Amino acid sequence: MALPYDSAAKFQDYAHPEVLVSTDWLAEHLDDPGLVVAESDEDVLLYETGHIPGAVKLDWHTELNEPDTRDYVDGQGFARLMSEKGISRDTTLVLYGDRNNWWAAYALWVATLFGHPDVRLLDGGRAKWIAEDRPLTRDAPERVPAGYPVIDRDDTRIRAFRSQVEQHLGRPMIDVRSPGEYSGELLHMPDYPQEGAVRGGHIPGARSVPWARAAAEDGTFRERKELEGIYAGEAGLQPGDDIVVYCRIGERSSHTWFVLQHLLGYPHVRNYDGSWTEWGNSVRVPIKRGETP
Amino acid sequence: MTTGTLNPRLAEIVDDFTSMPGKERLQLLLEFSDDLPALPERYADRRDLLEQVPECQSPLFLAVEVDDGDVVHLFFDAPPEAPTTRGFASILQAGLDGLGADEVLATPDEFTGQLGLNDLVSPLRLRGMAAMLSRIKRQIRSQRAG
Repeated sequence: MALPYDSAAKFQDYAHPEVLVSTDWLAEHLDDPGLVVAESDEDVLLYETGHIPGAVKLDWHTELNEPDTRDYVDGQGFARLMSEKGISRDTTLVLYGDRNNWWAAYALWVATLFGHPDVRLLDGGRAKWIAEDRPLTRDAPERVPAGYPVIDRDDTRIRAFRSQVEQHLGRPMIDVRSPGEYSGELLHMPDYPQEGAVRGGHIPGARSVPWARAAAEDGTFRERKELEGIYAGEAGLQPGDDIVVYCRIGERSSHTWFVLQHLLGYPHVRNYDGSWTEWGNSVRVPIKRGETP
Repeated sequence: MTTGTLNPRLAEIVDDFTSMPGKERLQLLLEFSDDLPALPERYADRRDLLEQVPECQSPLFLAVEVDDGDVVHLFFDAPPEAPTTRGFASILQAGLDGLGADEVLATPDEFTGQLGLNDLVSPLRLRGMAAMLSRIKRQIRSQRAG
């Protein structure tokens, strides 16, 4: 049984208000059967320092990822993971995390690849919950394993691969990285190779809209009118556009995917998770340097 | 690649990590994180004296002092929202602070991979700790040269 939607006034302006819950809503429903709260952070230990009571941990690096193939877990892997965490197909799954829900949005995007019917984000994430002095605990939750069916991952609707992005050149694309990464100034420092690319710049034609612009000071999503000003106004996106978003490895762009798909209601938005670490290193694919698309 | 052996303190830390099952290793890392000493007053308001380690996913600042007796003193600053980074810094603090410069320089670069954290933390995140170690060594070398 899905839990009731959060009727907070702010959410009603969004195209799909049912994908967000407020901290008030979560506090009220925390003990409801049928709800599982999962924390997904950039920092792999942050959950252990204290989390929302009852929340399970969901880590992208170590759990959602299939490192040997640079892919996500398959249907069996996802079923196993969800079952272990006490999540069944009819569970209302509420995700939250650090850094404006950047990794939580990523986890939500992955859950969407498997078509989980009811998955929502906590508006404002971990930071807002803490700012409001709501309870945290270090106690590990006791969750009874659930049965989650094996669902084939659907990579066709919201995920883009490199060859598809090559076909997409000339159509709307959003690069959500920082301005320095977009222009190509930033690769990595000499002698300190990191998660970098051999070339700096962006995919030709992609417009720069750093992902965090969609978040307000307190980590909540900006109101619909402000988001429209950024993505429709400044970046010139039209609701019916076929849109590709990307960053370095596809996590920050999941946040923008969420905004475009769910808050603004654009139906054709795909996240290119290969992103710059693939494109910037690929042989015979074009890049553009500098500040213009 | 540096070839060298782990000093006894660091070897004991590696031993502590690898002798326990996976999930408990994260708890141990959390304990290290909780125990990272605060910056002394002379650095507390002087971030400009610290070196930033941008390879860490979260902000980390460090300072290295080599005293007249060639003994190394390490200072780290990372916010509570970055417990993994704090944990890595704390391991280096516990394992290297107060040792002779040669001993610190002899620490094998690959030791960060020996803690049994690769699968739990991800190699990408562990790179931050390797970067801290290499910056510590570089500072020691440059201070000695200066």
